[in-house]
Amino acid sequence: MKVRHKVLIVDDELHIRRLIHAALARSDYAIVEAENAREAIDRLQSERPDITLLDLGLPDRDGLELVPLFKQRSDTTLIVISARDATDEKVAALDLGADDYLTKPFDTDELLARVRVALRNRLTRDGGNLALAVGDVAIDLVARTVTKRGREVHLTPKEYAVLAQLARFPGRVITHKQIMAEVWPREHEHHVEYLRVLVRTLRQKIEADPQQPQIICNELGIGYRLRGNVDTPGGESGSDGSRA
Amino acid sequence: MTDADRPSPEAFLRAAAQEGRGRLKIFLGAAPGVGKTWEMLTDGRHRREAGVDVVVGVVETHGRRETEALVAGHEIIPRREVDHQGHGLGEMNIDAILERHPQLVLVDELAHTNAPGSRHPKRYQDVEELLDAGIDVYSTLNIQHVESLNDVVASFTRIRVRETVPDSILENAEIEVVDIPPDELIERLRDGKVYIPQEATRALGHFFSKSNLTALRELALRHAAQAVDAQMLEHVRSHALAGSFAVGERIVVAVSELPVAAELVRAGKRLADALKAPWTAVHIETRRSQSMTAGDRRQLADTLALASRLGASTASVPAASVVEGLRSFAADARATQIVIGKSTRPWWFEVRHGSVVDQLVRTIDDVAIHVLPGEPEIARRQPASVSMPGRWGKPAHYLWSFALVAVMTALGRVLLEAIDLGNISLLYLVPVMFAAATFGLRAGLFAGLASSLAYNFFFLPPTGTLSVNNPENVVSILVLLGVAVVTSQFAARVRAQADLAQSSARQNAALATFSRQLTAAADRDALMQAICAEVGRLLDVHSVLLLPSADGPVVRAAVPPEDRLGQIERAAAQWAIDNAQPAGRGSATLTASDWLFHPLQTTRGVLGVLGLTRDDAGEPVRSDQVPLLMSLLDQASIALDRMELEEASLHARQADERDRLRSALLSSVSHDLRTPLTTILSAAQEMRRDPSPAMAATIEAEARRLNRFVSNLLDMVRVEAGALAMKAEATDLFDAAASAAHDTRASLAGHEVKVDISPNIPLVRVDPVLLHHCLINLLDNAGRYADPDTPIVIRARRTADAILLSVIDQGPGIAPGNEKRVFETFTRLEGGDRAKHGTGLGLAIVKGFAEAMGLAVEAGNNPDPHGACFTISIPETLIIAPVDDKEIP
Repeated sequence: MKVRHKVLIVDDELHIRRLIHAALARSDYAIVEAENAREAIDRLQSERPDITLLDLGLPDRDGLELVPLFKQRSDTTLIVISARDATDEKVAALDLGADDYLTKPFDTDELLARVRVALRNRLTRDGGNLALAVGDVAIDLVARTVTKRGREVHLTPKEYAVLAQLARFPGRVITHKQIMAEVWPREHEHHVEYLRVLVRTLRQKIEADPQQPQIICNELGIGYRLRGNVDTPGGESGSDGSRA
Repeated sequence: MTDADRPSPEAFLRAAAQEGRGRLKIFLGAAPGVGKTWEMLTDGRHRREAGVDVVVGVVETHGRRETEALVAGHEIIPRREVDHQGHGLGEMNIDAILERHPQLVLVDELAHTNAPGSRHPKRYQDVEELLDAGIDVYSTLNIQHVESLNDVVASFTRIRVRETVPDSILENAEIEVVDIPPDELIERLRDGKVYIPQEATRALGHFFSKSNLTALRELALRHAAQAVDAQMLEHVRSHALAGSFAVGERIVVAVSELPVAAELVRAGKRLADALKAPWTAVHIETRRSQSMTAGDRRQLADTLALASRLGASTASVPAASVVEGLRSFAADARATQIVIGKSTRPWWFEVRHGSVVDQLVRTIDDVAIHVLPGEPEIARRQPASVSMPGRWGKPAHYLWSFALVAVMTALGRVLLEAIDLGNISLLYLVPVMFAAATFGLRAGLFAGLASSLAYNFFFLPPTGTLSVNNPENVVSILVLLGVAVVTSQFAARVRAQADLAQSSARQNAALATFSRQLTAAADRDALMQAICAEVGRLLDVHSVLLLPSADGPVVRAAVPPEDRLGQIERAAAQWAIDNAQPAGRGSATLTASDWLFHPLQTTRGVLGVLGLTRDDAGEPVRSDQVPLLMSLLDQASIALDRMELEEASLHARQADERDRLRSALLSSVSHDLRTPLTTILSAAQEMRRDPSPAMAATIEAEARRLNRFVSNLLDMVRVEAGALAMKAEATDLFDAAASAAHDTRASLAGHEVKVDISPNIPLVRVDPVLLHHCLINLLDNAGRYADPDTPIVIRARRTADAILLSVIDQGPGIAPGNEKRVFETFTRLEGGDRAKHGTGLGLAIVKGFAEAMGLAVEAGNNPDPHGACFTISIPETLIIAPVDDKEIP
């Protein structure tokens, strides 16, 4: 039985809304639109969308202010879309609770892929799915083990902590700050170099070619994302299409 | 004409007075034989050749051929015969010249005294008359004949010249210095090329010593430079004087710890202003300085600070005596004037020790010494009850002395059989000299006394008593005591000098380290931190540096880190800034502040304040550290000033660069925007008639191109506007290479990107987003020019002092000579016959971004396989020392 997921598109540009609408409709999503912040808050409460695509440049309010508001008032998965490509803003949106971001102009294919990843994360986030495989690497978040082609990979506690945090939300960007806050004590919060070195050793242990990483993907100036062909054992399988 | 160039009314009056009057040009030399006459004749000949009516009034050729040859070309006015003591040469015939009335007359030896019975006693008076008649005059003069310099010259040449020319003559004349180096002049003298009157040979032989000539030469140059204007200086310069001559006055003010020293400083300032001369206030540290009280030291520091405020540089120089120190300092500083206070010591002290002023006057030549009256001594705060443990020494010293005397007595008893009684007394010289040299005067005297008593008691008849029979033996006792006194004095002096040398060496070393540390600072923040760290280390205090701002003083550096200062401390800092004087504990103002703030000032004003404090709540700066602190503050101020000026000029350069880019950009934007828009527009219109996938693909491709151009344009605007928000963070070059390869995969169809980075390459501190843009633009560029189906390599290599990150393609490469031009905005190099699409901004962005991050970028060719190679070099300073994964906390 197929559930039609509901997507809310918040953008003041009619052409963009029309375009996203057309692309999503092809993939059989239910679609709601809003052209300003006021309307968006309305729709969010009346329609309870699974996913919200939020443009940051709205006429009546700054999109960044809406991010925490949306997360408080609903459990929608929030993908921020913005023509502003300043990394600071992306990081701010993610740190405020956004689940993902896209920069205009974007490929509709990529948009669809992000929506699919977001939906899958919604399905697995309540502890339903605590094991996953990326390529030939399997991560078991319950047994706290990582295996590569069936052989256990020995990781230090910190390496495991970083990998597990990424694995909890495969396909989603986790900011440096979020990782540092979880894995290191506060006084090391700004030592991104520790994280870099740790990711390098981690890649040497799990990647097929550490020089061209396929599992732990770097998001410039923002953070890391677990990518590749994410197979969720027992769930639907297939390519998420993102950046592979 | 602006107001500034308009002549003043006074100048007009002077010019009017000069109207119709002839002009005087003086060829000024340091000594006979420098070639003044020759120069004058040559110049005269040039004028004649230029059509001027020139005659020779009087020229002494002294039988020299070259001179005679020069004279021969000129019309000579015959001299007026005067028979005087057998001199048959005659004087200048002024009447004949006035009658002949040439435009220019050459008159040698301006200082000449005419024979009795002439119209004027002096030749310069004749010249005045010629000038009044409207005739131009060229004349020659040696510097020692200038009236105001007569005494000065006599002081070091010991030859007093009687023939002088008033300064007023020189003031209205054009002066040309005829200059040759002293060595050359001495050589000419040896070769007999200099005429010296027979009777003066011996005296002048002394006169022509090298030191005299050097001094005379400097005097001549200095006088000329002062007397005349910039044109004159230009002239001196054009005569190619070797080296840079120190011309002009330099003033040294000697200050002491007495309150009267402030008066000296003010007098020095007045003198410096009058002479427009640089000046220095110096304190000579002698042995006596070490016994100064804290109050004395504060007074001294205040005086030096006052001098600094008034524009002097300050110095504190250790030396054995005031005269010695002042003499060597004045010589080093090439001082021309010394200001010193009259001694306030009682007359008997000076009789015994000599007056500093007298000694200075005796030992220093060529420097004017100004002596200002001193105040009667204001109840010298002699610490009444200060015990002096150092003077009396330790009891052990006396025990040692006593023991030695005892040993010698025993030895004497043994030797008494063998040697004469008188020689026994010599034995006692050993303990006396030893004690005096090692333990000081008092222990020496003690040993002397003990020795004489022992000698008297044990050896002098009648032995066993202290009475003396023979007056000769009294002499022995006195000698022993005398030896003690003399030896201890010598030893003490040697010791004191060694101490002094040591303390001055320490201080110099500290200052040298300080200035080295300051020079090493890369920017203003680093410099301020270095100042705090070094001052803190050298003086053993906590230090903080504050800069003024609109909201009061702001802490910019502190050691140990200290970002909070109380209200009182802030007020003290502000006061120190406003008043350019120290404030806070240990100063005269706001003493409740825990910190002592000293202003850092230069001629541009107060740049900031340095705050000092100690943990133990004592005085922040010990009194004996005050001179060192003053030197440190001086150096710190200068370093800070220099850094600020450097940074200001850097900003100005960057602003210029941005302006240049902006104009290049605007001029080319329309073309690059309109081309893809035209294609899209016509393709869309075409599709309306006939929808085809090919047309859609064209629209998509052009739209992407437009998108890339717009984002490049935005990037460029950010570079230009200086609005690049740099966010440098630890970046892994693997990530940079992989992301760049990933993001360009669509536009690089047909080229494989190979990453060739050694696995242990260190992290670098750059902005990852800017570096990414650099790499994608380089890859994009490579993809556009590389031969089809060839790989593009991203390579990173560690060299001795950098990491080189290169993008290498295989293709035609860059034509020689274009290596720099490729980075200019809107440059697109045609290589081969393919049409090259692109915005022409890519490489300019690479350069702009790289430079914003402090990286250098360079284009070149790779020989095998042939292709272009673009290299970004990441300097050592941005390379993060390898973090061992085991060390990660």
